[in-house]
Amino acid sequence: MPVMDRLKKISGTAAIVGVAESDEIGRTPDKGPLELHAEAGRNALADAGIDKSEVDGVFTAGYSTYDVAEYMGIKPHFTDSTSVGGSSFVIHIAHALAAIQAGYCEVALITHGQTGRSDRARAGGNPGLPSAQYETPYGIIGPPVSYSMACRRYMHQYGEDKTREAMANIAISTRKWANKNPRAFFYDTPMTFDEYHDSRWISWPFHLPDCCLVTDAGAAIVITSTERARSTKKGAVRILGAAEGHDHSLLHQMPDLTMPFGRNTGPQALEMAGITHSDLDLAMIYDSFTYTVLVTLESLGFCKPGEGADFVADQRTAPGGDFPLNTSGGGLSYTHPGMYGIFTVVEAVRQLRGETGERQIDDCKLAMAHGTGGLLASTGTVILGRD
Amino acid sequence: MPVMDRLKAISGTAAIVGVAEADEIGRVPDKGPLELHAEAGRNALADAGIDKSEVDGVFTAGYSTFDTAEYMGITPHFTDSTSVGGSSFVIHIAHAMAAIQAGYCEVALITHGESGRSNRARASGNPGLAGAQYEAPYGIMGAPIGYSMACRRYMHQYGEDRTREAMANIAISTRKWANKNPRAFFYDTPMTFDEYHDSRWVSWPFHLPDCCLVTDAGAAIVITSAERAKSTKKGAVRILGVAEGHDHSVLHQMPDLTRTWGRHTGPQALEMAGITHSDLDLAMIYDSFTYTVLVTLESLGFCKPGEGADFVANQRTAPGGDFPLNTSGGGLSYTHPGMYGIFTVVEAVRQLRGETGERQLDECKLAMAHGTGGTLSSTGTVILARD
Amino acid sequence: MADGYNKPIPIPQPESDHYWEGAKAGELRLRHCDDCNQAFFYPRNICPECGNNNTSWIVASGKAKVHTFAIVHRPPHPGFMDDIPYVPAIVELEEGPKMATQLVNVTPEPEAIQIDMPVKVVFESITDEISLPKFEPA
Repeated sequence: MPVMDRLKKISGTAAIVGVAESDEIGRTPDKGPLELHAEAGRNALADAGIDKSEVDGVFTAGYSTYDVAEYMGIKPHFTDSTSVGGSSFVIHIAHALAAIQAGYCEVALITHGQTGRSDRARAGGNPGLPSAQYETPYGIIGPPVSYSMACRRYMHQYGEDKTREAMANIAISTRKWANKNPRAFFYDTPMTFDEYHDSRWISWPFHLPDCCLVTDAGAAIVITSTERARSTKKGAVRILGAAEGHDHSLLHQMPDLTMPFGRNTGPQALEMAGITHSDLDLAMIYDSFTYTVLVTLESLGFCKPGEGADFVADQRTAPGGDFPLNTSGGGLSYTHPGMYGIFTVVEAVRQLRGETGERQIDDCKLAMAHGTGGLLASTGTVILGRD
Repeated sequence: MPVMDRLKAISGTAAIVGVAEADEIGRVPDKGPLELHAEAGRNALADAGIDKSEVDGVFTAGYSTFDTAEYMGITPHFTDSTSVGGSSFVIHIAHAMAAIQAGYCEVALITHGESGRSNRARASGNPGLAGAQYEAPYGIMGAPIGYSMACRRYMHQYGEDRTREAMANIAISTRKWANKNPRAFFYDTPMTFDEYHDSRWVSWPFHLPDCCLVTDAGAAIVITSAERAKSTKKGAVRILGVAEGHDHSVLHQMPDLTRTWGRHTGPQALEMAGITHSDLDLAMIYDSFTYTVLVTLESLGFCKPGEGADFVANQRTAPGGDFPLNTSGGGLSYTHPGMYGIFTVVEAVRQLRGETGERQLDECKLAMAHGTGGTLSSTGTVILARD
Repeated sequence: MADGYNKPIPIPQPESDHYWEGAKAGELRLRHCDDCNQAFFYPRNICPECGNNNTSWIVASGKAKVHTFAIVHRPPHPGFMDDIPYVPAIVELEEGPKMATQLVNVTPEPEAIQIDMPVKVVFESITDEISLPKFEPA
């Protein structure tokens, strides 16, 4: 089990000093995924005011660090290509914190790039994996099918109407945030409750607006020691808490379809940071689906199991509400190229810095970014604080 | 750049306490790769005398930690699936040490399993990668061709006859070690210099015995804090120095075909450990090809560029010689399922513990294990010591 | 187009459409960084040296020298079964960058090919879309 005494010692010893997206996000048919990595990486380094030649730690998922580093012309002394789906880039922050503290590297660059919308070719699956034998043949293919199956179980335990109401609240409040973010896919497209309920089914119980977008996008993060962070362009957003883990791979192996691994990573990250839920000014919770947010809020301990519907009731998570959630517009309405986790961090850093214009929340000092990867499988939680 | 003061502070704070192979290695058509992971993992934990329930950090390559952890029934709080080919499992040691020191986990399990020989299906490549567009169409595919092209350049710089002599010396001395290892693929098959020179070409200038085996195999390593190591079955083999990195992905982007990234990882790992080359009792150097060993010994600083042939002359690296090298029989004659790096560590630990029977070195206290991955791309070096 | 071409065929990507169009037209096109004032391979819109987007395309002279090579006797892919022994190589282009290729119109013998030997580009059409730049003795 993680050792809290040690974790507390490294809390705050590294900082995020640069974040960025690729030049364009949404639909970029003229650019390949590696180019999106490289653009985002360059932009994040510019955001930090750090030269590419200083980067000695490279972190990525989807591609190997070979491909990303070579493409960008970086020769890393530390590499991490841990891939656990959409949460990868969030857990990379924990890894970077340890690597910097250990002395393996000084400037860590985490990059992401996916052309989820414009892909010209898809990799074939590995027929040796259990999923190819035990889920795929039944048409249990892709996240919408699996997540909707988990959601149906939640409905059984806590009531279908209550669950539906929560999902609608999350879809609408997230859209309202997107309507304040010019880079959001649905910036110009509001949505009403009626439109939500009347929309078509993707995989019942999921309506179309219960499901994230499929976009092209890249993003990157620069991390360095708090010491080195002092001389960067925008200063430090400190990494106060970090935690990660997973408890299954295939959906049918998930111990409890209504309780993901955030039950461990939420408390660990908060304790490491020495804060509680109520200290947070912002929660960026991976929203691959509306259900992902509902079940994650409960597992992280923001409320008790089954109480998520009450927690998000009455548009409490929308602009002006008292629990700002996914202020970028999230994976549901801003962007979601496949592994969206890195974008939860980009938005959290920008809110902490006060850079988010019309959607800026007052007094944002402590934020949580939380990634989910695989089939509700891996979770990574980080707590970030403005100096 | 890596920060030596910090690295020295963590030197020796974690230890390898268990190593093992899968039950069978070599040709194992009745078992899949995940089963080889699981067997090796179970065996390494037994070797450590640590229960599976204590494992909280899972490291692997080739598969995701989702797949290996679920298969073995482990719920990790820290995961690392960094994949840089054959060196992956060596650099995982560096990652594990940082994770343990940070407090993310206490017991790290690194597993490997590949059915290199008996694979039923091969994954298809990603057409967006540089190799697929700019090398594969020319038949530059797979390791033997890329490495033989690098070797031809070395011959140009330092002389063909000299290089050939070095390659023969390495092939023969490694085979002699394999003849002392009952688990080696070529345990019962000696090889003479004439047989080496008369063997068929695979990709000129590589003879067949210049190339590693293709086998089925699995292996695993258990790492824990130096403190926790005290109460394990066989005690600690301490991790004194670690380093990793890469400078290219595809061959034609390699800055110098005769110098690997070992030029950085060798010196860093030795300095972190506070020792020099001459303090080492054993070198386990990834031998995907004879040339890999030659160029790596030079890169690591055991001798100067172009002097490798003198360094390995007169069977100095064979049993009874004064520079014991690849005492398991290596990738050339013991086993090589695809990503062999983990086996350099398994043998180093066993030699340090005095468990290697007929091939046991007198007085083995300090060992280096060195992995190479990709196309001479990634290197990882670790320095290990018996308490 | 060669009938039944069963070797790996490149699938052009956004960064490389122009490169493969050039090869089809009999031109070896390189990326050039206008800030660093140097050409680089393989094609990327962003310079791997300075990281800027100030890049353009140039047409290479097609002149190069052999940096290294091998002679393949065991095919890595069934498509090359009828080609062995064949000669994969890295060549250094006159403009500076190195690229991987195959040497053609050479005898596949160690003595017949020298490092630094001058070579020039030739284009082999393998599909309606793709021609592969290969190199032969100059």
